[in-house]
Amino acid sequence: MSDEVQIEVNGRNQAVPAGQTVRGLLDSLGLDPRLVVVELNRQVVRSTEQDEVELSNGDRLELVNFVGGG
Amino acid sequence: MDGDTLTIAGRQFTSRLIVGTGKYATHEQTLEAVQASGAEMVTVAVRRVNLDATASESLLHVLDPSAYVLLPNTAGCYSADEAVRYARLGREAGLSDWVKLEVLGDEATLLPDVAGLLEATEILVAEGFKVLAYTNEDLITALRLQDLGVAAVMPLASPIGSGLGLLSPLWIRLLKSRLEVPVIVDAGVGTASDACLTMEQGVDGILMNTALAEAERPVQMASAMRLAVQAGRLAYLAGRMPRREWGVPSSPATGMLD
Repeated sequence: MSDEVQIEVNGRNQAVPAGQTVRGLLDSLGLDPRLVVVELNRQVVRSTEQDEVELSNGDRLELVNFVGGG
Repeated sequence: MDGDTLTIAGRQFTSRLIVGTGKYATHEQTLEAVQASGAEMVTVAVRRVNLDATASESLLHVLDPSAYVLLPNTAGCYSADEAVRYARLGREAGLSDWVKLEVLGDEATLLPDVAGLLEATEILVAEGFKVLAYTNEDLITALRLQDLGVAAVMPLASPIGSGLGLLSPLWIRLLKSRLEVPVIVDAGVGTASDACLTMEQGVDGILMNTALAEAERPVQMASAMRLAVQAGRLAYLAGRMPRREWGVPSSPATGMLD
């Protein structure tokens, strides 16, 4: 078993340690979880679940935030 | 105008002006313009986090969600599915179920795709969203949106970002006369007279972005728009004089010298 999993974050390929959680990924990217919303394979991951959800090979994540818009 | 408040989905607003936060030079300018506009509700967009940025670009750094009602939009979405996806992300980001729903149909005009709009509205209303629906001046679409349970109907004055002002006062008045939900004119207002004229039609409010952000001095224009929206509303409530195609003297016709 590999100790890394391959995922895609905002359209970019990235390797993360096996067992990495969504919250762990945000921490490693230096992102404030209060300001970022996570979508995992097209499903919103609520902030209360981010500690529990582990990333798997081939997962596609979108990390979004509020920007200026009309 | 004490007591003349705007109520959308049970929430009361003193200001009838809603402003967008796009296209400003800086976050500081955004905040200054929002403050000068007097708006209590501001729209925001949902976009990918820039993973290369050294500091967070989130607008939540400048706009305090306890001070403003943040209205996430689905701008840039060209299908119902895409708009629903953005709406769900916006709900999670803002912890509120309000959404400004846009489903666009054409890149050159940014006119709404009303079939997609109705489809997305049905899904989002069923999920408990308070939908403020960006649409055109078509009465039938507006009535369908109301039947589906939108919180407000938002017809355009003219195309998004065009600054052409209110092109169809007649259709906007007709919409307002037939709808029970609030009518907020969204898009196309260019300057203060456009805002004033729009409010004089009796609509409940205006949403604008580019008219402020692309003004030479956005903060000053935000103040002008605040006053114009108030003036237009007040004039509507006051009831304008009749139009005549002849002159009527304002001074007494009697008491003239021989």
